[in-house]
Amino acid sequence: MAETLTLAATHGARTDRAADPASPLAVRGLTVSYGDKPALFSVDATFPAGAMSAIVGPNGAGKSTFLKAALGLIPAVSGEVRVFGQGLAAARDRIAYVPQRASVDWDFPTTVIDVVLMGRYRRLGLFRRVSRAERAAATDALARVGMEGFADRQIGQLSGGQQQRVFLARALAQEADLYLLDEPFAGVDAATERAIIDVLKALKSQGQSVIAVHHDLSTVAEYFDHVFLVNVRAMGEGPVATAFTPEALARTYGGRLAATQLDQLRLTGA
Amino acid sequence: MEAVLAALTLQAGYNAALVTLGAALLGFAAGTAGTFLFLRKRALVSDAMAHATLPGVGLAFLVMVALGGEGRSLFGLLVGSALSALAGLLLVDGITRRTRLAEDAAIGAVLSVFFGAGVVLLTIIQTLDRGRQAGLESFLLGSTAGMLFEDAVLIAAGGATVVALIWLLRRPMTLVAFDPGYAAATGVDTRRIDLAMMGLVMAVTVIGLKLVGLILIVALLIIPAVTARFWTDRVERVLWTAGGIGAAAGYTGAALSASAPSLPTGPIIVLLAAGLFTGSLLLSPGRGVLAAVLSRRRFQARVHRRQGLLALARSEPIHDPLTLRLLRAEGLIRPDGVATDKGRAQAAKIARDERRWDVAREVHQDTALTGRYDGLTPIEEVFTPDEIAGFDARLGPPHPVGG
Repeated sequence: MAETLTLAATHGARTDRAADPASPLAVRGLTVSYGDKPALFSVDATFPAGAMSAIVGPNGAGKSTFLKAALGLIPAVSGEVRVFGQGLAAARDRIAYVPQRASVDWDFPTTVIDVVLMGRYRRLGLFRRVSRAERAAATDALARVGMEGFADRQIGQLSGGQQQRVFLARALAQEADLYLLDEPFAGVDAATERAIIDVLKALKSQGQSVIAVHHDLSTVAEYFDHVFLVNVRAMGEGPVATAFTPEALARTYGGRLAATQLDQLRLTGA
Repeated sequence: MEAVLAALTLQAGYNAALVTLGAALLGFAAGTAGTFLFLRKRALVSDAMAHATLPGVGLAFLVMVALGGEGRSLFGLLVGSALSALAGLLLVDGITRRTRLAEDAAIGAVLSVFFGAGVVLLTIIQTLDRGRQAGLESFLLGSTAGMLFEDAVLIAAGGATVVALIWLLRRPMTLVAFDPGYAAATGVDTRRIDLAMMGLVMAVTVIGLKLVGLILIVALLIIPAVTARFWTDRVERVLWTAGGIGAAAGYTGAALSASAPSLPTGPIIVLLAAGLFTGSLLLSPGRGVLAAVLSRRRFQARVHRRQGLLALARSEPIHDPLTLRLLRAEGLIRPDGVATDKGRAQAAKIARDERRWDVAREVHQDTALTGRYDGLTPIEEVFTPDEIAGFDARLGPPHPVGG
């Protein structure tokens, strides 16, 4: 397991470990920049299949950028992304993405069930009508996040936690193998956090892979199996037990973590 | 009046009837295409594009005259206007993407420069003694005068094609308008969908030039969509309602203009659509101004009533005139401010609910249910009767409220 602890000194051209073809997401030498300042520089990361992985790092460290670049939503200056050993285009159908809920206008004229049905649009193509089976799949996805009673609600009437659940239901409706979530627990109530983590654990138990940008260090060990630490450069990756250490966190956050936070993590056995 | 009625009922001659129907179809196409423009928050881009058509009209006229024609073929003029609208659109896009200027600045620059160039070109054309330039200025404000059978057919066929394409692309366009990031992640080429949307808007603009005019076509694109938004919370209904509003405005506007040929069509259509918009703004049940005022009033009354009853329950004096008026109107207090039997009963119930809430918040500390403790939500809406009975068991018997 020692070699999975990638250190800051690593660069894109690593050869000591071949890309695992079964890895749901493997990134090599990924560099993304806004203007002249790299948001990510030469980042390598390999995520394990059938596990829950967290992407952890300080604000502005490029966590969301990493997800977006891995999905091809923003252009990369360099680097390679493999999803289940394939190129992005070939693997599109196997990926479901849950963006930050603040990224859309919730006054948009649509209902909860119609948002979830958006997860089926790719199957429907341009011509097919929304069949009863499609509607049933969307309703089922809503039930899994505990929102079946909200199907016809206008989305502007939802609370923050309910919005997040609807976004998760839309991803579930895609029936994908890899779920990429951007800060799914940001600003949601405790009950929603519980509901979401239960859904994600159920996905994992069915062999699916979950990768989430996560900002709450105190729950990393409880929720996740694998962690990827990033702050512009890759700062470490591996099983939570071995890679999520106070030393690795201090390296990732620089001086930005209070000593008490690190002590707390030490006490919880991370 | 008779002429207007004849035009509205399509009795004002074959050509006029055709033009009126063409305008209705154009209005439908504009309303639907404009819906996605509005939802994507790109309304002003279409204004830049519409103004950018003018130099194309002038240049197309000059080219056709140079080739030995009269320069009056509507199709030729529309091709010219489409090319220069495209140039304007690409320029806005290019400025926004390649410089640090925001889109609004790019729109302002492109709109004024293209329009200025177009006005200069038309002025030069007026001084030429070749070709038949009369009528070119009707592209500014629109006119039904002098419309040929072929022109009406062109407008109707163009409008129908646009509507068909919008129906076909409604799902990806909805997805891109709502959540472009997610759309791209599921493999939708958002740039191509955006281009298709702008292309459809451009088609509406170009085929609407002769009838509505380039200055006001943006109103026919946007007003129906924002009007429809007042009446429904679902994309598909906004889409077809906007189409209907656009069709109604186009139909009536063209009929009125045809019955009084000196009236420009564009302003009439815009005024009709604006009338519908104003009515919706005031009267819409969910989002209208009137509904908002009424619901604020109702809410205020609920708060005052509740606070008044709580004050009665605690035997505190009430000074607020609105609270006193509400309680008196319901017969909960006498004119001199003393609680009636009915008032005492309701105050006792409210005092009890407050104590039930205290228990509930202790029992359900860790759940979202206690988030409904806002002073107004009836406890019966949050907890089931057996749960409330459980709270009561901890509270003991009810206390009467003294007058």
